[in-house]
Amino acid sequence: MSESEKKKYDLRRREMPKQPPEVRRYNFSEVALGYSVESAVEEAKRCIQCKKPLCIPMCPVEINIPAFIKSIAERDFVGAVRILKDKNCLPAVCGRVCPQEEQCEKTCIFHKKGGQIAIGRLERFLADWEAQQRELEMPEILPSSGRKIAVVGGGPAGLTVAGDLIKLGHKVTVFEALHRMGGVLIYGIPEFRLPKVIVTREVEYLRKLGVELVTDFVVGKTRTIDSILEEFDAVFVGSGAGLPWFMEIPGENLNGVYSANEYLTRLNLMKGFLFPKYHTPVKSHLRVAVVGGGNVAMDCARSALRLGAESRIIYRRSREELPARLEEVENAEEEGVIFDFLTLPLRYIGDENGWVKAIECQKMELGEPDASGRRKPIPIEGSEVTYPLDAVVCAIGNSPNPLIGATTPGLKIGKKGNIEADEKTGATSREKVWAGGDVVTGAATVILAMGAGRFAARSIHEYLCSL
Amino acid sequence: MFRVIASKMIVPNMHLLTLAAPAVAREAKPGQFVILRAEEEGERVPLSLSDWDAQSGTITVVFMSIGSTTGRLALLAPGASIPTVVGPLGNATEIENYGTVVCVCGCYGIGSIFPIARALKRKGNRVITIMEARSSYLFYWEERLEAVSDKIIHITRDGTKGHRGHAGRLPEILRGLEEPVDRIIVNGCTFLMKRTSDETRPLGVKTMVSLNPIMIDGTGMCGVCRVTVGSVTRFACVHGPDFDGHQVDWEELLQRRKTYMPEEVVPLRTSRCEERHLRSQEGKS
Repeated sequence: MSESEKKKYDLRRREMPKQPPEVRRYNFSEVALGYSVESAVEEAKRCIQCKKPLCIPMCPVEINIPAFIKSIAERDFVGAVRILKDKNCLPAVCGRVCPQEEQCEKTCIFHKKGGQIAIGRLERFLADWEAQQRELEMPEILPSSGRKIAVVGGGPAGLTVAGDLIKLGHKVTVFEALHRMGGVLIYGIPEFRLPKVIVTREVEYLRKLGVELVTDFVVGKTRTIDSILEEFDAVFVGSGAGLPWFMEIPGENLNGVYSANEYLTRLNLMKGFLFPKYHTPVKSHLRVAVVGGGNVAMDCARSALRLGAESRIIYRRSREELPARLEEVENAEEEGVIFDFLTLPLRYIGDENGWVKAIECQKMELGEPDASGRRKPIPIEGSEVTYPLDAVVCAIGNSPNPLIGATTPGLKIGKKGNIEADEKTGATSREKVWAGGDVVTGAATVILAMGAGRFAARSIHEYLCSL
Repeated sequence: MFRVIASKMIVPNMHLLTLAAPAVAREAKPGQFVILRAEEEGERVPLSLSDWDAQSGTITVVFMSIGSTTGRLALLAPGASIPTVVGPLGNATEIENYGTVVCVCGCYGIGSIFPIARALKRKGNRVITIMEARSSYLFYWEERLEAVSDKIIHITRDGTKGHRGHAGRLPEILRGLEEPVDRIIVNGCTFLMKRTSDETRPLGVKTMVSLNPIMIDGTGMCGVCRVTVGSVTRFACVHGPDFDGHQVDWEELLQRRKTYMPEEVVPLRTSRCEERHLRSQEGKS
């Protein structure tokens, strides 16, 4: 671009207001407050509407990003919502928890100058704007095909499949093991990052579209896949995360050592932070260490802080290698989470009543890059340190849920316990059975699970039309 | 919502609840459990299945009123509804023709061992049921157990029925039987299961226990129910609840079960006035 053109471009990303760190670290309300109408329009006007947009191919659910931004710029919010929802049935969720910096915003033409369009914030703005309107616009639903699909798991993958297939005229039933729909959006991601009213709203939207939602139903236990296939034409399995991993070091079964899943489920699904109004108890700890460096680890550390504890992250590599979103790391730092980088837990030390009272760690240094391309942490001999704490949250990931694999003969299971499914279509080794999300890939992101749901829905639709 | 069909206190502090849960009743097997929530704000509690009827679509649990949630469940009247009944969870108890099987039960385990004894009997085993309680007035379902057992033996701590004492009497009781025992299955409190396993270890008789750690989801996701069995960490909800009692790290289980003891009494101590106040405020806004 020429000098004169450059000047025309506005490279200033509009800031989204947040609760100040010293306030938000004491509450569970949402951290980010969202764009005002004016900020959103200003931000949208910065988009130069590339002829060959580089953002769309980066979106796992293929949202027509420039088109909805153009509509915002023109203050046609109704039209913008329509474009957004054509491809994404959970925009208020994605606008909040998608790693846009690794996807759509990364390839924005302004990215090199640091002025990439805040696509995620605009998506969030639109979804929230729509929620404030009196009447939701309902999408067109094709005439009934007479086909029935069962979706296993009411998380991001399953809800996407349900949303896509119901619009194509199929009858969809979602079976959820827990007592609330939403999967990780409900049990995992904390209120301060994704308010549960938003998840409920998105789920209610699907119900209005005609999706049948069944909670308290564990497929593989309450009913097998084979039994379901006697009644349904196809099944999509999006049963998500399973057994949490531990490091297999001494002391991990002491009281006060949690898996991230347990810690977050108590708080989010069971609303333990409102105990005793909600009956699931949560401990008041003084010093909490969270082991791991991903988004889940950040969620745990920031939750612990809000419950009044001194909260630290223990991570064996350095800040550079943290797999968490930079935004979440910065939020955690601002709020006062302590980061112990290049530190590896060796063992937990218990008191006479079986409660964890200290952690022994070893310091690490970075060596040559390993298979993941990140520099490998190497222990430094004689660098052991011990410090006191009264709770540990182990946030190092989990294996896929084993229930479906164990009860579905002929369903091919991979080495890591994952269901084997075609990357492009979600088709499994069993006829009429598709799968996607964490149960196929192992722990990943909400949007990748939604992307897998999108592809599987397309493949299921093709199959149903061929019948 | 799941409707309460029957609810009664069968012996002091021990309650029976029959619920309409057709999907669970259809698939239930001996040794499995359900997770219940007493109300919308409620916690999830695992309870062993004591009986079910696939035709009428009902399940029955027997439990002791011991904390805030079991207290609420105990107060449910027939016709009321609860928001969550999910299951059947866990693996079924292994039922084979072993020969002679001794079923040791106490507390809520008297209820949950009944379908196990019934299935063992149907498989052709000789079933000897040993019931344990503090006192004779705490026994229930004796007729039902008699119907599926070849022999019933009682142990009471106060000696009001059968042998006087506790599980410590087991070796001598087992020695007194006319036939060798091929397998022992224990359902009941952690202490009974631990003590029985301790007593039968020297006898070398395979002893299966049904563990009862704290659980939340019950489907293998949260990991709170982890137990050490044969020095490996297992998740009771998906790998159990039945394990070889001689392999279980009982001290760890007993200690992990105590995690929320202080919190357990908090809701019992409060008047719940504040809770009602909050609810009325929510209604207004």
